[in-house]
Amino acid sequence: MYLVVEQLLNGLQFGLLLFLLAAGLTLVFGIMDFVNLAHGSLYMMGAYFAATFVAWTGSFVLGALLALGATLLLGIVLEYVALRHLYGRDHLDQVLATFGLILFFNDAVRLIWGPAGLALPLPPWLTVPVQIIPGVYYPAYRLLIITVALVVAALLYLVVMRTRVGMLIRAGASNREMIGALGINIKLLFTLVFGLGAALAGLAGLMQAPILTVQIGMGENILILAFVIIVIGGIGSIRGAFLAALFVGIIDTMGRAFLPDLLRKVLSGAAASTAAPAISSMLIYLLMAIVLVVRPEGLFPAAKR
Amino acid sequence: MMPKLNAPNAVAALLCAALVLLPVYSAVTGNIFILTLFTRIVIFALAAASLNLIMGYGGMMSFGHAAYLGVGGYAVGILAAEGIGSGFIQWPVALAVSALFALVIGALSLRTRGVYFIMITLAFAQMAYYVASGLSRYGGDDGLTIYKRSDFAGLINLSDRNQFYYLCLVCLFGGLYLIWRIVNSRFGLVVQGVRSNEQRMQAIGFHANRYRLVCFVIAGTICGLAGALLANNTDFVSPAVMYWTRSGDLMVMVILGGMGSLFGPVIGAIIYLVLEELLSQFTEYSGIILGPVLLLIVLFARGGIMGLLGRMRRA
Repeated sequence: MYLVVEQLLNGLQFGLLLFLLAAGLTLVFGIMDFVNLAHGSLYMMGAYFAATFVAWTGSFVLGALLALGATLLLGIVLEYVALRHLYGRDHLDQVLATFGLILFFNDAVRLIWGPAGLALPLPPWLTVPVQIIPGVYYPAYRLLIITVALVVAALLYLVVMRTRVGMLIRAGASNREMIGALGINIKLLFTLVFGLGAALAGLAGLMQAPILTVQIGMGENILILAFVIIVIGGIGSIRGAFLAALFVGIIDTMGRAFLPDLLRKVLSGAAASTAAPAISSMLIYLLMAIVLVVRPEGLFPAAKR
Repeated sequence: MMPKLNAPNAVAALLCAALVLLPVYSAVTGNIFILTLFTRIVIFALAAASLNLIMGYGGMMSFGHAAYLGVGGYAVGILAAEGIGSGFIQWPVALAVSALFALVIGALSLRTRGVYFIMITLAFAQMAYYVASGLSRYGGDDGLTIYKRSDFAGLINLSDRNQFYYLCLVCLFGGLYLIWRIVNSRFGLVVQGVRSNEQRMQAIGFHANRYRLVCFVIAGTICGLAGALLANNTDFVSPAVMYWTRSGDLMVMVILGGMGSLFGPVIGAIIYLVLEELLSQFTEYSGIILGPVLLLIVLFARGGIMGLLGRMRRA
């Protein structure tokens, strides 16, 4: 029972992290109609920046904040130098260009930080387990991730639904030409949204960094998961991304935690331990395929253009 | 139909001649490396050409095309591991399984359009990737070593470098000829018509998705053949063949060379793989150059290399 609670929380934590990544992706995708494969690279850069700045400053919080700023800046520069010329182009061109960026970032990271992964140690106050319900302890750091992600999700919701900028963002998602015609500086809005997406990806990366090792290619697997989430949720829909992210996070974690034992009942031990991770990874793609076959526009399609 | 003499066709003709004469060059200079490199290039050119059939002519942006490389490869590898070494069984099975796989994926994926199609094909390829890494009997994550190449009863010896190269080249030319015939047939014209205006084709009575699906299956089958060749070339097949970045590589080759031109993918494969090889010789960090080059090509060279050549004549 405790194990189930713990794994559910892990699933929630992973799902919220995925949401941070997917939110940026779905905003950029939904509003600018831009497929950004390099989003995973921004996630990776967030983690590398955090590992560097934390070692530099000696403070986890300060390092994380610096890393967040650095990713934001990187996103804005990237948008300004290269990506803004690709808006309105074919999706395929965007896929190719951002695929090139992945190659670039992977090797740039290898050049700067070396091929071996980095570790981002946690400060002692974050490593203590916290008693959440009597008898159940949960790592403080994971609770922190859950809290931060929930706060960011709430802020994002408030910004998008309750502020003028959010109104422009939503207007941009439903009709780009029209808000341009109304005299809104669409270029600036797009740069802003892209920077926001980059910062969210960086935040996800730097928060995940202490749990996994910081390594090259860490953004690629998770990028595909984020794409799966926005496709399941409906492109451009933050609410859809939120629900789909939780769904995917929990399915993935629970599958990894409990499938091996379940499979061991029908298969031999060795076969079960190789088949289980494969099957739990597949579950997500299966889910996406089913959703797309039944509802080709995702579960919560954003307003029609 | 006599091909016109213009820059793209001249380049294509020169290229074919160079590919045919390459083993001679390799034998004269004793440069074996170039032959092994180009064997790989020819195989990837076949895979890219098959992707071009659906992407360039059919307008179907599949981001999971590497899955067929894996399916074809695993068909050969698994049969070899089970003691069936005859190519006369292995290869037809590889083609049939690839076709079946493409039929299932195509039938489901073609319900979606645009970005959703890109994503759903990607999802299916990733599923195939995870299935392969779950096959503990056949190596799982580590992949499957093929101890003996496909046996064609003495007709052709796949372990001979030159014979294998020419087999790959024959497959490539055969594949290109097939694609050329398809594209210029009534069927191909319907598929291209559907790409440019689906509603209109529906309105004049063509069942658009049926044509699309057949095209999708043909492309998958050709790529399955490339997979069987690739498995024989490396004597090894692993899930990594199907990873999404591999599908990305194939897409890059097609777009680099020029989507919707017959020889574009061949040129794309040559440039991409040679560039990768050259860069890796003087720097470990080839991506730092290759990545921005891709970006620049997208920004400034629309229509790929073939597009540039086509414009050259008019300029």
